[in-house]
Amino acid sequence: MAPTASNRTSKLRRLMNVLGPFFGLILVVVLFGMLLYIQDIRSEMEFDGATGFKAFMETARSIEYAQSDTFPGLKAFLSGANSKIIFIQTVIVAIGALGMTMIIVSGGIDLSVGSVVALTSVVGASLLVKEYHPALVILLTVLAGGGIGLINGLTVAGLRMMPFIVTLGMMGIARGLAKWMAGNQTVNSPPSFVNSMMAMHEPMQFLPLPPGVWLAVLLAAGMAVVLQQTVFGRYVFAIGSNESTARLCGIRVRMHKVLIYTLAGLFFGFAGLMQLSRLTQGDPTVAIGLELDIIAAVVIGGASLSGGTGSILGSMIGALIMAVLRNGSNQMGWPNYMQEIIIGIVIILAVGLDRLRQRRATTE
Amino acid sequence: MTARLRMRSLQKSFGATRALRGVDLEVGPGEVHALIGENGAGKSTLMKILSGAHAPDSGTIELDGKPFRPANPMHARHSGVSMIYQELNLAPHLSVEENIMLGEEPTRLGWIDRSRRRARAAAALAELRHEGIPLDAPVSSRPVAEQQIVEIARALITQPKLLIMDEPTSSLTDVDTKNLFQVIHRLRERGVSVIYISHFLEECQEVCDRLTVLRDGESVGTGAMAETPVPQIIRMMVGREIADTYPRGEREMGEPLLEFRNLAGFAKPKSATLSLRKGEILGIAGLIGAGRTETLRACFGLDAIRSGEVWMESRECTRATPGQRLSDGIGLLSENRKEEGLMLNRSLADNLTVTRYDPVSRFGIVQAGAQREASQKLMDSLEVRAESPDQPVGELSGGNQQKIAIGRLLHHQAKVLLLDEPTRGIDVGSKVQIYRLMDQLAASGKGVLFVSSYLPELLGVCDTIGVMCRGTLSEVRPVADWTEHSIISAAIGQTE
Repeated sequence: MAPTASNRTSKLRRLMNVLGPFFGLILVVVLFGMLLYIQDIRSEMEFDGATGFKAFMETARSIEYAQSDTFPGLKAFLSGANSKIIFIQTVIVAIGALGMTMIIVSGGIDLSVGSVVALTSVVGASLLVKEYHPALVILLTVLAGGGIGLINGLTVAGLRMMPFIVTLGMMGIARGLAKWMAGNQTVNSPPSFVNSMMAMHEPMQFLPLPPGVWLAVLLAAGMAVVLQQTVFGRYVFAIGSNESTARLCGIRVRMHKVLIYTLAGLFFGFAGLMQLSRLTQGDPTVAIGLELDIIAAVVIGGASLSGGTGSILGSMIGALIMAVLRNGSNQMGWPNYMQEIIIGIVIILAVGLDRLRQRRATTE
Repeated sequence: MTARLRMRSLQKSFGATRALRGVDLEVGPGEVHALIGENGAGKSTLMKILSGAHAPDSGTIELDGKPFRPANPMHARHSGVSMIYQELNLAPHLSVEENIMLGEEPTRLGWIDRSRRRARAAAALAELRHEGIPLDAPVSSRPVAEQQIVEIARALITQPKLLIMDEPTSSLTDVDTKNLFQVIHRLRERGVSVIYISHFLEECQEVCDRLTVLRDGESVGTGAMAETPVPQIIRMMVGREIADTYPRGEREMGEPLLEFRNLAGFAKPKSATLSLRKGEILGIAGLIGAGRTETLRACFGLDAIRSGEVWMESRECTRATPGQRLSDGIGLLSENRKEEGLMLNRSLADNLTVTRYDPVSRFGIVQAGAQREASQKLMDSLEVRAESPDQPVGELSGGNQQKIAIGRLLHHQAKVLLLDEPTRGIDVGSKVQIYRLMDQLAASGKGVLFVSSYLPELLGVCDTIGVMCRGTLSEVRPVADWTEHSIISAAIGQTE
């Protein structure tokens, strides 16, 4: 059969699914680049109190005649050092998003991530204080996250409860446990190579990146293969796409749900380890609301909360977009509340655009 | 005397499907009128027109001598036409009183007038002689029969002139059915006309005054209930010639593959017994709700089995999960392609190979090339019109989607295929391809269990047919011993 026009558009559409988040990232970087560029020029010209349209016009004119090649703001934004900071800021959200992508693709949700990160960071710090071998500490910390995930999974699958409710409960439980364990204060971890996983050597250069970044990249690559290429990954998609079909096709849905939440818990434990490394202390009050950042990253990356779609690459780009937004707003000198508003708008825009695109696709 | 309701040559098409080809129906005041017809004869379309959900393409409707064109269900209701659907339409968490008065709440200055609401709800129940139902209880806490009464009470709130009841007894016990009949008698005494839709002719004989039979979207007969014998009604219901041709190759039946022995689930089936042999196509006929789908689901491990046995290749294996059934070599095609059968946003290849990844994967990693190749082969042999195995299955037409769902069973190399309404909602061309495929599968020694509501295809394709009635399947006979007439008789529980 010869390919028809509609065939070609549907192929294009699928390509767009992959490239959409990429364009978003580029757009955000370019946008902040332009804003900073304008800001640089304006600060250089030192306008005499002109505001509004007049100021804008003068700015626009001045861009043409700009002689300076300093652009301190723009350069700082695009510098290797700043890119490094963006990557480091992304790591925790990104590692969390690896687990969350799997859960969301399977049609679930996990709200306990922030608390689990806090809990595992306290677990790790406490173990370091007790002078366990750092390698063992890493293992136990990650396993602690897996343990929480296992409980989530068993509850969701065993009692057939909504994951939203189960993990909402776990959010409180894990946070409370963290505070209890830490005696309601931070636990300073003694120096060890755990602390150096997110340490910034040579802060003025892009390389070397801290090992945590490389680990995140490695884990992401591994997870992408697991989710896209393995039979297990196909089952995750199958369960999220249509649970009844999955059952009909002999997939052991409940067992897989336990597996999914447990595996994701391991990632959350790992994110907790990164949190510990970054602060060099276990803090039971850290990462409040982190789960929402992670969910936002996954959703910006093209996943649907109703399950069955999503990709690791998309989620990683989503996490980067979030970090660039934060970082760019900082560079602009915008107050914190502006960042929150902007990130909120971007989430709605990203998902709204996706919906529009899909609606057009179905009405074609 | 003018008729309460008079319909003249009503027609309605949905795309190319002519749902109603010309229906005449006349119901007098205070008359209980039976509307009888097979599945798909056009009853529900007709009722949807009367309740304002669809507009007719042509024809006239008169209510008490005045033209009647309801714009929506609310308009129909306020014009005096109320409807009680087969599935109860109640808000389960609301109270009996709130359900009865839903949408008709008496108000004072925009606030609900609670005392008046209570009085009117109580009056409606009293009219039905069911004062005993507590008004404040959540409706879901009451038994189904009382819920039905609540539903009728709600219909009575607007003082209807015409009440339409669609299969009102399908979820009732015999005692509740008798009570319902008394309610209908009281309505008749008050001058309310009732259109009573039911598959069960003995019920119609008991409660109805007159009847109209629908067949293929046409009214083919009308008359007084007392003067029309059941065989004549059934003849009117069937009426058609078996004109379609069905492919039938050389098939040879071997030893039994799959057997049910008094298989019973928790609601349905009550008792199913059959034996499917190699090379056999065994059809299961029956009305909607008779328990055919439930029988397949229980066999496949999707619903719990209460009692009875399932045997596969002379081995007892009653209790099993769907996964175990698949490894036994049994595959199920769901009647509900979109909700259960397919993962619509996943690729054709994934939908085809999901039950058996072994041949297209190595060490748990799916080999995309091998998967695509295997899928393409299946798509070619099933003549699926699609662009590539990577396309999401939701982009295909219904017939092609169904071929993918069946293709999954082929990829699984199932020895027994449980096909639940495999030709529902697909085009004629695809239907014929599916018949041919079933024939080929049987010829190659597989067993096919074929549930269908369309009698001509059952008679045309099957070697043996069993009829299911109210949860029970016992009579399995060679196809030559069946006629459409005898199948319908068995399906509605009439013994010849």
